[in-house]
Amino acid sequence: MTDMTAGKSGEVLTTRDGTPLKAALAKALRREKMRAILLIAPLLVFVLLTFIAPIADMLFRSVENQIVEETLPSTVQALGTWNPDEQEIPDEPVFEALFQDMKVAVKEKTHTQVGSRLNYESPGISSLFRKTGRQIRRMDEGDYKAQFLDADKRWGEANVWKTIKQFSPTYTDGYFLSAVDRKRSDTGIEAKPEREQIYIFLFWRTLFMSMVITFTCILLGYPIAFLLANLPLRTSNILMILVLLPFWTSLLVRTSAWKVLLQQQGVINETLYQLGLVADDGRLELINNQTGTIIAMTHILLPFMILPLYSVMKTISPSYVRAAKSLGANDWTAFWRVYFPNTVAGIGAGSILVFILSIGYYITPELVGGTSGTFISNRIAYHISSSLNWGLAAALGTILLVVVLVFYWLYDKIVGIDNVKLG
Amino acid sequence: MSGLPPYASPLQTFWYYAFRVICGLIFFFLIFPIIVIMPLSFNSIPFFTFTREMLTLDPAGYSLVNYQDFFTNPDWQRAVWNSFRIAPVATLLSTAFGTLAAIGLSQPHVPFRRAIMAILISPMIVPLIISAAGMYFFYSRIGLQGTYWGVVLAHAALGTPFVIITVTATLVGFDKSLVRAAANLGANPVTTFLRIQMPLIIPGVVSGALFAFITSFDEVVVVLFVGSSGQKTLPWQMFTGLREQISPTILSVATLMVILSIALLTTLEYLRRRSEKLRGLSPG
Repeated sequence: MTDMTAGKSGEVLTTRDGTPLKAALAKALRREKMRAILLIAPLLVFVLLTFIAPIADMLFRSVENQIVEETLPSTVQALGTWNPDEQEIPDEPVFEALFQDMKVAVKEKTHTQVGSRLNYESPGISSLFRKTGRQIRRMDEGDYKAQFLDADKRWGEANVWKTIKQFSPTYTDGYFLSAVDRKRSDTGIEAKPEREQIYIFLFWRTLFMSMVITFTCILLGYPIAFLLANLPLRTSNILMILVLLPFWTSLLVRTSAWKVLLQQQGVINETLYQLGLVADDGRLELINNQTGTIIAMTHILLPFMILPLYSVMKTISPSYVRAAKSLGANDWTAFWRVYFPNTVAGIGAGSILVFILSIGYYITPELVGGTSGTFISNRIAYHISSSLNWGLAAALGTILLVVVLVFYWLYDKIVGIDNVKLG
Repeated sequence: MSGLPPYASPLQTFWYYAFRVICGLIFFFLIFPIIVIMPLSFNSIPFFTFTREMLTLDPAGYSLVNYQDFFTNPDWQRAVWNSFRIAPVATLLSTAFGTLAAIGLSQPHVPFRRAIMAILISPMIVPLIISAAGMYFFYSRIGLQGTYWGVVLAHAALGTPFVIITVTATLVGFDKSLVRAAANLGANPVTTFLRIQMPLIIPGVVSGALFAFITSFDEVVVVLFVGSSGQKTLPWQMFTGLREQISPTILSVATLMVILSIALLTTLEYLRRRSEKLRGLSPG
């Protein structure tokens, strides 16, 4: 296609139809890039719409706070001039604005929504809005302040008004503050009371248990990977099935197997009892606590440790260890000073993989974790489906996502995402 | 490792066997939970432990009552039907899009390759609970939450990274001169793709499809949030069963699913060998 005509020095090389060679090559490169883009575009659009947009929506929801301004527009405006330092509670115009807003809100039944939104920040407001909503129709014109105070005396508390004013902007950092057990008060950001602090503890527990699981996986995975990498291929291929079968078995199958094994009346306790190792009333509590989560998740994630370790160990030439031994090292020194340092990359890859997978786990902790063995994911799920505090769920999810992405970035640095292998 | 040298000291001999015993125990830990549910699923009484009759191999201790319940109970049957209604469609979507994108990504000049790759792989990296939360929020905005297509699209998105990874891996060993030779002999790009490239990368495409299928078939977190009771899949039904009261029928379902995974594993291994043979990577 780019049939060159040999030119004298200084003459521009051209293709047969006379276009300069440089331009023709650039055009060909552009066409090639275009073709690549066209092949990738359908999936890119698909993933952007079905996956990236939802993640972006979650990030947005963690700061979004339109409901107060949308439901109580004139109240928010009237509150603009109210200064809690100067007056205890706002004046008549604010109450009049509130009356107008509430009338519309009650008609559209949105007053309970704004009530439950503000209830996350200051417990009790939800019932205040519901109660006032029922009485709004009976209110007459004029002297709204007295009528509101009559409907519920909590309207006379400065705290209620402060909460409304504080959460009237369209965006809020309130969910993130709640997610790290903080709240905003008159003096700035402060820690929540001791008994309401749960999330920081839960994040630590998630990280700690994930580390324990990762460590157990290294402990159990290293010998297996070593054995598989050093046995003759025929034998190791057969033993590999024992690793791959659990890897391929449904997560729920493995979780239910552990549920069956670890129960008080389950196989392990029953065997120990029959052997006389434990008394009938002294059966081990292996499930619905941290032990249960750690055992089951180690089992589930172990293949993710063994496979990368195995592929690294496979590349270590046996002559290294032989050389070390012929130079006088004993078995332990040869292993520890020569073989082990070569496998550190594999340990790193496997550990990050197991750790990333484990901090986001939901199903297994939910089923075998009880109350003490659950992760932050379980709390996120709870806020989505039970407490309906979506903003807090989104904030917790965002924090978890950031943690995962940091570790993922590390993984990409160390291993490279292109080197991910399956099976 | 292969064999103990004749000059081994007693300590070396001891360690050699001790190491094998340790490995044996770890293998036991890996495989025991999966094996143990199989005989337990034939228990004739609703217990999760071996009865005396079972241990003495008395036929009275065994029965098919759990399997009978699975095959006759409408809840389980509906769940199976839903799973088989969702997974193949999701697989088809992710395989079609994923294969095209993998071919595009393996071209020599792709602008923003790293960024595109990061976006396309992200469904595999992001924890499922976060994907589920985001999809729940976003799909309820656009009216897909609780619908069949919502679940299918969500599962298709989760399956695509696996297709990309497996197909890209097959394309690494692909000899580009074959395409040029075909073009040289007068084949147009579509013919070249269908007659030359496709037959060579088909093992990668099929194993990617299997990964995508098992992702959808085994997935429970996302369907729990994005789906409604009309899309209750098999894993969802198992999850509910395990959370509320654990019924012995679950053991029979689990056994059947283990058999399914063995079948999948065998197929994948066969495909891997075939692909290596096709690309001349191994003599066997």
